Amino acid sequence: MNAPNPLPDVTRRGFLAGAGALVVSFAIPAEAQEGGVSTAPGAQAAKPKLPGSLADTPSLDAWIRIDADGSITVFTGKAELGQGTKTSLRQIAAEELEVEPASIKLVTADTALTPNEGYTAGSQTIQNSGTAIRHASAQVRQILIAKASQKLGAPVEALKAQAGTIVGPNGAKASYGELVSAEFLHVDAAADTKLKPPAAYHAIGRPFARVDIPAKVTGGNAYVQDMRPPGMVHARVVRPPSYGAKLTDFADAAVKAMPGVIAVVRDGDFLAVVAEQEFQAVKAMRATAAVAKWQEQPELPDQYDLPAFLEKSVSEIGTVTSVGAESAPGAKTLQAQFTRAYQMHGSIGPSSAVAMLDNGLTTVWTHTQGVYPDRKAIAQMLGVPEEKVRCIHTEGSGCYGHNGADDAAADAALIAQKVPGKPVRVQWMRDQEHLWEPYGPAMLTRASATLDQSGNIVSWHYDLWSNSHGTRPGSAGSLVAGRLMARHFPPDPAKLQISPLGNGDRNAIPLYDVPNQRVNWHFIADMPVRVSSLRSLGAYCNVFSIESFMDELALAANADPVEYRLRHLKDPRAKKVIEVAAEKFGWSKDSLPEGRGRGFAFAKYKNHAAYLAVALEADVDSDSGAIKVSRVVAAVDCGEAVAPDSIINQTEGGILQSMSWTLYEAVHFDRTRILSPDWSTYSILRFSAVPDSVEVQVVDNPGAPYLGVAEAAQGPTAGAIANAFRSATGKRIYDLPYTRERVKGVLGV
Amino acid sequence: MVKLNVNGTSHDLDVDPATPLLYVLRNDLKLNGAKFGCGLGQCGACTVMVDGKPVFSCLTPTMLVEGREIKTVEGLGTIDDPGPMQKAFIEQQAAQCGYCIAGMMMRAQALLEAKPDAADADIRQALEPNLCRCGTHMRILRAVARARDLMQGKSAGITAPAAATGRG
Repeated sequence: MNAPNPLPDVTRRGFLAGAGALVVSFAIPAEAQEGGVSTAPGAQAAKPKLPGSLADTPSLDAWIRIDADGSITVFTGKAELGQGTKTSLRQIAAEELEVEPASIKLVTADTALTPNEGYTAGSQTIQNSGTAIRHASAQVRQILIAKASQKLGAPVEALKAQAGTIVGPNGAKASYGELVSAEFLHVDAAADTKLKPPAAYHAIGRPFARVDIPAKVTGGNAYVQDMRPPGMVHARVVRPPSYGAKLTDFADAAVKAMPGVIAVVRDGDFLAVVAEQEFQAVKAMRATAAVAKWQEQPELPDQYDLPAFLEKSVSEIGTVTSVGAESAPGAKTLQAQFTRAYQMHGSIGPSSAVAMLDNGLTTVWTHTQGVYPDRKAIAQMLGVPEEKVRCIHTEGSGCYGHNGADDAAADAALIAQKVPGKPVRVQWMRDQEHLWEPYGPAMLTRASATLDQSGNIVSWHYDLWSNSHGTRPGSAGSLVAGRLMARHFPPDPAKLQISPLGNGDRNAIPLYDVPNQRVNWHFIADMPVRVSSLRSLGAYCNVFSIESFMDELALAANADPVEYRLRHLKDPRAKKVIEVAAEKFGWSKDSLPEGRGRGFAFAKYKNHAAYLAVALEADVDSDSGAIKVSRVVAAVDCGEAVAPDSIINQTEGGILQSMSWTLYEAVHFDRTRILSPDWSTYSILRFSAVPDSVEVQVVDNPGAPYLGVAEAAQGPTAGAIANAFRSATGKRIYDLPYTRERVKGVLGV
Repeated sequence: MVKLNVNGTSHDLDVDPATPLLYVLRNDLKLNGAKFGCGLGQCGACTVMVDGKPVFSCLTPTMLVEGREIKTVEGLGTIDDPGPMQKAFIEQQAAQCGYCIAGMMMRAQALLEAKPDAADADIRQALEPNLCRCGTHMRILRAVARARDLMQGKSAGITAPAAATGRG
């Protein structure tokens, strides 16, 4: 584990010193971008594609090492973000290696130690890293058995792995440690490794308590914020009052004279203070902010007319799908328009990082989702080769996508250059996180569908307007510090890319069976409001739109919404989660008390990952405009369930977070400044609005590929709330969020 | 010098008395439990107990708590010998990223010390000042109810999730 322990005592060389097996080298793959394709086309052309991230990093010793004492270390390029993967990845490795999960040491994302698995994003940790570790572990077991066969003189068929030992006939046995030799795992993975059958599992699908929770509830070292390496100093950044503001005057003499202040850093429009103690740094930050003079420009769109801004800013139109005819004759055509405001990640802990420049190497402890891409961007920003920067993932507060983590890492790295030899801890303040994190982009969508005489959908048009949902590093210009510093690295130009996993167009194609479809992304390159990846990207608004619209179509067809969805679906797994959710919820046509409604929604995340259906009940108080979601039932199929309780935890979390987005959340701004610097100006869910019950049914598919789960609930929850509101009031709200003001406006109170 | 009583131990500390308690706990006493969340009293991540009551340590100048009994999550038990509140959170697997959890536990502890038989509705109301962004609310509510029962000597009551039973 990457416990946030002091300073780089673990270098790759130091880590390997005195070890039995050698990790010689591993391939550096193409960076896996969320929503991208992890392997360059043709890279594996001659060979069959290896499973999961083995396709990018095939050498077994990049993933697993076994030492002479029998201890097993597993390496993952993915990071623990609160999903429980430090536990579930151990379960996967333990399964095929025939040991207990708790006995495995796990090293997570670290540019000096682990494979490059790009970003921990897109619900792909188990799918990519888990699949790689699973296959690598199975192959390592087979190698150990082959070694034992030679050592024990027994045929491989007579040997099996059991609790860290290969055992054979007549009590013959050899421990894993006895079978280790130098470089014995420095071989490429095979494409056809046989995995254990589900009936033989001892770890996958079994309940294991999460390994990280005990420290988190007892004040142990758990987060980058908890690091206190010797000699550490405290830094605070001082941000401009608006994105493009230019520093016109800054007299730093008074700040430099303040108690404890070690350095005042100015590099272009980048300002920071460094002090011995944290509160001294806070006071110096305030003093700096008070004397810095900025010139600002009105550069932001009109918050109250985002559809007009989006429509007039289109730079390119991409075809997401075009199937069948442009139109089809039918009995009825319906149309609707939906919008979504800019929304925040809103991590409870503002971003933080520790960095130190020592002998030309800058080490950065960061809660980034991508240590390798972050290293590349930071190295470019600093003007040094990549090998002069090491990024080590260390847990932070939950991020839910691209928040301020990379920027805080860059801040720390830049400030560390000014105080060589000292570990620098950067802690953003609340307003810095709220104002500078890249938001989930505002969106506009329009749907149009034609129904035949039976109410079946014969034609579907869907258009969406959105920025890119991916501005992660990238170049140094993707980092706030890189943009502000005197070299002023420009932001990476946004490009329209239509890919199978989707971006703004994620889940823009309905999974429903419609013969004639047109789906277009009206792409907006210009980003006056800083935006990037927020959990589920475009899927949140697209599924909200599609699922709202499906209910309108069902009404027009005089059909039950659940039955209407089922009749437009062929995929049995899609039908199954819908049936399970409806049944466990007790879906019916029975009338409900006044002001109460029920809503249903479904999506297959990215149209290729987890299936999730949700049914919920909500009460609408027309006087206050408050919507109270009281009862939620979801069913999810994410393939083979490795850690069922973590799947439930992630899904419960997705439901509640999406409920918060849907009911409350919109970033406020005027033409110059963002006006949501804290939780009073950007409200989120509190306990009084939490449902009475949330039930998650896991539809397990032992032996099936892993599909990922973390983001699957975001879209369907919004759709189900929208449909419950419609069911409760007879009115539909087309714009996110469903604030009290909006509810009262729609209800005419 | 400021004299602080934290988790039953007295400390003489050479700190600026205006320093928010949070920074003293985290930096001078090296206690990780209380977290910086907003510095504004809006999120509760920094919640600790002072004389049995929950306070936002991010807003509380150290001089105001001199001589009073301060309790942080470290005062509820240890990783090897967790207290009932900690046991309940582990048993219910009531964390995702976990950043808000220590603050939740301290506010809940203050409630249960003042009102040992707090109803589920009391728990929900008491936790209103604390924010969780992962959406772990359902588990947090269950864990606090479970802690209440453990403190009252009830070992049964709420069914633990499957995760709590497994440890290899």
